[in-house]
Amino acid sequence: MKSAVVVFPGINREHDMARALKFVSGKEPAMVWHADRELPKGTDLVVLPGGFSYGDYLRCGAIAARAPIMDAVRAHAAKGGLVLAVCNGFQIACEAGLLPGVLMRNARLKFICREVYLRIERSDTPFTRRYNAGDVIRVPVAHGEGNYIADEETIARLEDEGRVLFRYTTPDGKLDPAFNFNGATHAIAGILSEQRNVLGLMPHPENHVDPVVGPTDGRRLFESLISTLEAA
Amino acid sequence: MIPNEPKITPTLIAEHGLKPDEYDRFRALIGRDPSFTELGIVSAMWNEHCSYKSSKVHLRGLPTKAPWVIQGPGENAGVIDIGGGLACVFKMESHNQPSFIEPYQGAATGVGGILRDVFTMGARPVACLNALRFGDPKHPKTRALVSGVVAGIGGYGNSFGVPTVGGSVGFHPRYDGNILVNAMAVGIAEKDKIFYAKASGVGRPVVYLGSKTGRDGIHGATMASAEFGDDSEEKRPTVQVGDPFSEKLLLEACLEIMQKGCVIAIQDMGAAGLTCSAVEMGAKGDLGVTLDLDRVPTREAAMTAYEMMLSESQERMLMVLKPEKEKEAEAIFKKWGLDFAVVGKTTETSRFIVRFGGDVMADLPIKELGDEAPEYNRSFAEPKKLPVLDAKSIPSPVSIKRALEKLLASPDLCSKRWVWEQYDHLILNNTVQRPGGDAAVVRIDDGPKALAMTTDVTPRYCEADPFEGGKQAVAEAWRNLTAVGARPLAVTDNLNFGNPERPEIMGQFVYCVRGISAACKALDFPVVSGNVSLYNETNGRAILPTPTIGGVGILDDLASMATLAFKAEGEAIFLVGETKGWLGQSAFLATVLGREEGAPPPVDLAVEKRNGDFVRKLITEKRVTAVHDLSDGGLLVAIAEMAMASTIGAKLDSPPAGIPPHAFWFGEDQARYLLTAKAAEVPKIAAEAAGNDIPMRVLGTTGGRQLTLPGEDPILVSSLHALFEGWLPAYMAGGAVG
Repeated sequence: MKSAVVVFPGINREHDMARALKFVSGKEPAMVWHADRELPKGTDLVVLPGGFSYGDYLRCGAIAARAPIMDAVRAHAAKGGLVLAVCNGFQIACEAGLLPGVLMRNARLKFICREVYLRIERSDTPFTRRYNAGDVIRVPVAHGEGNYIADEETIARLEDEGRVLFRYTTPDGKLDPAFNFNGATHAIAGILSEQRNVLGLMPHPENHVDPVVGPTDGRRLFESLISTLEAA
Repeated sequence: MIPNEPKITPTLIAEHGLKPDEYDRFRALIGRDPSFTELGIVSAMWNEHCSYKSSKVHLRGLPTKAPWVIQGPGENAGVIDIGGGLACVFKMESHNQPSFIEPYQGAATGVGGILRDVFTMGARPVACLNALRFGDPKHPKTRALVSGVVAGIGGYGNSFGVPTVGGSVGFHPRYDGNILVNAMAVGIAEKDKIFYAKASGVGRPVVYLGSKTGRDGIHGATMASAEFGDDSEEKRPTVQVGDPFSEKLLLEACLEIMQKGCVIAIQDMGAAGLTCSAVEMGAKGDLGVTLDLDRVPTREAAMTAYEMMLSESQERMLMVLKPEKEKEAEAIFKKWGLDFAVVGKTTETSRFIVRFGGDVMADLPIKELGDEAPEYNRSFAEPKKLPVLDAKSIPSPVSIKRALEKLLASPDLCSKRWVWEQYDHLILNNTVQRPGGDAAVVRIDDGPKALAMTTDVTPRYCEADPFEGGKQAVAEAWRNLTAVGARPLAVTDNLNFGNPERPEIMGQFVYCVRGISAACKALDFPVVSGNVSLYNETNGRAILPTPTIGGVGILDDLASMATLAFKAEGEAIFLVGETKGWLGQSAFLATVLGREEGAPPPVDLAVEKRNGDFVRKLITEKRVTAVHDLSDGGLLVAIAEMAMASTIGAKLDSPPAGIPPHAFWFGEDQARYLLTAKAAEVPKIAAEAAGNDIPMRVLGTTGGRQLTLPGEDPILVSSLHALFEGWLPAYMAGGAVG
């Protein structure tokens, strides 16, 4: 696996992501500066990490989506290359047109950092092949603007095409408004692009890989990517 | 000599917070009337906040040395050796007055300021903590202040990218007009790559880095050196506005140029901005500094020299660079999109000279600006001792069960989840103990070592007996670090008091500092950095004396770390330390009976050390399964907390004869720890305790889903949990105070 983590000014979970990639795959990812125009040769996974790119002072992700490197990221995705977009990365991917919809302020208007439960909706994707459909995993969230919203038609399409990959649920996998803490439409926590090669999600699987610091439910997402790329 | 400057009048001098005798002293020092800019500079250097003029004489008594102390007080932050070639850099600082006036920005810039203090020294921040005190929950302003302060702390720290891992939140009517926001930052640096403020070399470039200078925060430090009246909100323009995005860039750029060996001296622009940082770098290095204000990057038009020298715009640094590395440093700053300007140079004259538009706006002796600041040995009153209350004379009006429920749902003891969930406490992926335990634990790199950290103080105790209260604040921090298995190493102190010109307030200060000093000496726990915040007083009503202690310790191996949750059913619960049932100034007395009376529990420092060392040894040897320090609320509150953290209940035995049950369960005797262990291990531990003259008592057994006490209805852990978690969210949603 040859991964590249894109670093925009104000991003702050790039080291957590790089550390998780190294921890699970044994390989260091390349760190790619936002002002660059090309990805390292042979990159097979691009990661847009979490943080506050440009302070989130305009709309979250809006400025980063226009950074010089993003043309190369879009070209990589258009060729079917894998893109993992986490938290601020998800917001950037939406702003960059890689994914539909938008992430609004959390329902109670507060930043929330806590462990949440996610139901894996399908396991036949490059990101979840090491999980089983219906598995419930525990991973942390840390965001103020993760309330996923799109027009009705887009939501219907995402649902019909099976592109909702993660939902906020109870520990036993049931939908419950009390567990959909940010108020996302249909409790959506993560979605796939049309070609299913771009994943955007608000939670941080990269923070749950190392048993010393907590549960390791995020680990299989990285293992899924490794096995996908090894099989390719 | 300078056109269009205001005339120096007694009114203008008073508006700058200078007393007539202080002005005379300054005038004598320079031998002429000062210019307006010079008056501004001296008011910035000589106010209480920057000069410590009322506190210095007493702070000298604090122990500041130990073999592991690399840098004690006097720099941007304290530095201790944590082994493996690494150093821990940390400090706590208050932003009380700004946070009361403008809670979001006041708290946010408090976090920004303390983070800068840490990375200025070459350390990457790894954790933040805070200690917050608000007024009566019933006070009409309290809810908005809590909401704003918490959002501000989160808003800054979350965006900057440092986990906020711990702290404390308390309420009391004495903070109605003056809340406390004490922010602590902890960083890690390579031991031989620590950077200091001391300039060296003549003719070296003095470089301005970071954000542009605006008119925000002018006179912030002077504002923080006076009492509040009814007009405090009119001071809003003196509060700065934080920009965590710029600070994050500044961090990365500073660490990069330090790594490349470009930096000789560095000082962040905090209180009194350009003035303090330039004077400090020159004075520490026995050098003069000349500044050319025409080169200072500004974000507003037509700023005067006076405004530039006193602006407290955030996210700015001043450095002396190696001349041959200037271009390299500039390129790094440009890459991060930050301003870089050579604004002056070091000189051999020992003068602080400020030029602007062809005029010399200030020409002052640089050493004297700092060294000759007034210093006061203010008169202080010895605090009156309060009587020791006899527990037998304090009947409990309610059952033990009801009292426990009231305590767990009280503003001070309830869960602060509503607060810490708004802080990113997981970023950097090293948070091994999250908020809610005795101390936060943050792994160092990939382990196995970790830092433990905590903030503590019991203001009720300090009010009732400043000396014992000061000791207790240190002892509790030491105990909290011990309870996770860490070796306590050093502290930072943040001393929050009222107006020092009143002898009774000065008495509180002096005796608290003496108590802190006694405890730090006895526990080998030196003070390496700190901050004094005086004049926390509105219309003559002072806050409770609140000397917050931020403690840092080290765990050599995370594998032997302790946590407070019960681990399994059928384990023995036992108490280390002696219980007499001390109810004076207890949470029980205040919450259940509405009385804040009597002497607080005394702290026997030798017993603290003996009991703590014993507990730490048990943890290190992995012979105990859960550990919790006893503090506010006493024994039963601690048992409930251990149960709630796990959902496992406990069956408890009868209290000993001779102590009223409510005094046994809720007394706040010091130097105590609750532990659990496998039943078979307990006789061996008891024999060792007896051999070391350490009181130990088995209290019961873990198991079930409820707490069972003799003579009381069983108490479901889940219903306690609902009460414990319920109060703060309900209150913040506008619910009744209860």
